[in-house]
Amino acid sequence: MEANTRSTGRLPAAFLTPGSSSFMDFLSEHQPEILPGNRQLPPTQGVIEAPHGTTIVAVTFPGGVVLAGDRRATMGNVIAQRDIEKVFPADEYSAVGIAGTAGLAVEMVKLFQLELEHFEKVEGAQLSLEGKANRLSTMIRSNLGMAMQGLAVVPLFAGFDVDRGRGRIFSYDVTGGRSEEHNFAATGSGSVFARGAMKKFFHDGLSEAEATMLVVQALYDAADDDSATGGPDVARRIYPIVTVITEDGFRRLTDDESSEIARSILERRLEQPDGPRAALL
Amino acid sequence: MSTPFYVSPQQAMADRAEYARKGIARGRSLVVLQYADGIVFVGENPSRALHKFSEIYDRIGFAAAGKYNEYENLRIGGVRYADLRGYTYDRDDVTARGLANVYAQTLGTIFSSAGEKPYEVELVVAEVGETPDGDQIYRLPHDGSIVDEHGSVAVGGNAELISSYLDQRHQDGMSLAEALQLAVQALSRETNGSQREIPAERLEVAVLDRTRPQQRKFKRIVGRQLDRLLEAGGATTEAESSDEE
Repeated sequence: MEANTRSTGRLPAAFLTPGSSSFMDFLSEHQPEILPGNRQLPPTQGVIEAPHGTTIVAVTFPGGVVLAGDRRATMGNVIAQRDIEKVFPADEYSAVGIAGTAGLAVEMVKLFQLELEHFEKVEGAQLSLEGKANRLSTMIRSNLGMAMQGLAVVPLFAGFDVDRGRGRIFSYDVTGGRSEEHNFAATGSGSVFARGAMKKFFHDGLSEAEATMLVVQALYDAADDDSATGGPDVARRIYPIVTVITEDGFRRLTDDESSEIARSILERRLEQPDGPRAALL
Repeated sequence: MSTPFYVSPQQAMADRAEYARKGIARGRSLVVLQYADGIVFVGENPSRALHKFSEIYDRIGFAAAGKYNEYENLRIGGVRYADLRGYTYDRDDVTARGLANVYAQTLGTIFSSAGEKPYEVELVVAEVGETPDGDQIYRLPHDGSIVDEHGSVAVGGNAELISSYLDQRHQDGMSLAEALQLAVQALSRETNGSQREIPAERLEVAVLDRTRPQQRKFKRIVGRQLDRLLEAGGATTEAESSDEE
């Protein structure tokens, strides 16, 4: 294509052919080789070593949803990166957090963002939240070949459903299976511990501030028991990424805001290492 | 067998140009102006759904006069071009200059190929910079030529009259309300020298606003925000004219 554009300078016919509003559909017809799912994998022995991202958590509250992630990427038992970003805005009203093979996941997010933006520009309207969640499903499914070789990407998708007026969370498995989660969800290696914490902390009437506090507590508990999940790194000033999506759109907490939450939790954990107690009954 | 009539290349091109110009002249004109914080697009458009202005990429906007299906086709081609380029290289590598070149080549090839009907469209591709000096506005007439414009530009049937009106009155550093007011005054001028009223609900207005915190600077101005700006612009011009008196 590029060579073609240069030779005549004119937009190739495929660009001017009326058709799908999907960027991925356009690519798969026009330049299929650059779609991640169409890559040919060489035969490999065993699991490929590549940095992995770990814990992503999400919780809904009346008026929106919070999505957060820790900052650690690991390769085997080595910390590959201490300040990786695993939570990204997908568009104005949704965000995606990724666990799994970091390189592929970041690429998938980039393509997913572009897919939503492209649709919006071509159609002049946004996809429904359900439509966005389904689109992400398709992308994970196209990565199944690599997932079978150990390069899985398992995202968590959260957004504000403008039509229904509330926050919603969708979780995925490696085959692209999608399920809507109620109240809270977690994915990645530390997710079992995070989910346990959220189960105890969650209630229906959370405020936005409480919801952000809750996800950081859950990430702390995940980091406490899962070596692949990083806790707040006070010495290097690396704190979890916390994002809030409401009627007003996507917002990422500033470093100051998330450090304040993390520090207040750390202070309390100095006295009570296992965190706040729930009543037995 | 009958011998085909000889038509000189000059005549053939002149005919094609006239055909395209007549098509463009059938639609309403539109204007694109620089203001202090960006670039504003203003046009008369009774439709809420079929837009004359749209977003191509982060800092790049598109405006078109002429035949809807033809410019819509070019618009989508441009979005695909920009998104593919941004995906293969980087978002910063998508520029209005690059896009305008591709459009110019496309329009030029169509205009000069005897097998195809020339497109009855005139386009504007604009990119908002970090500062007013970085703003770029390109006008692309039907024949694939490309004109680098500054300050203000008008396209469509009545473009010459409107441009000369704008050229005399447009200033650097106008506020959005002032630029909008000037644009509406320019658009409401008729060829016979009279003025007509364009109600707010028939206006389509969009901006590329460099002060927007988002990466994507394109924004439509509708409803109450538009009313407010029109009122503010009207008030300042009235105040200015009373000062002059």
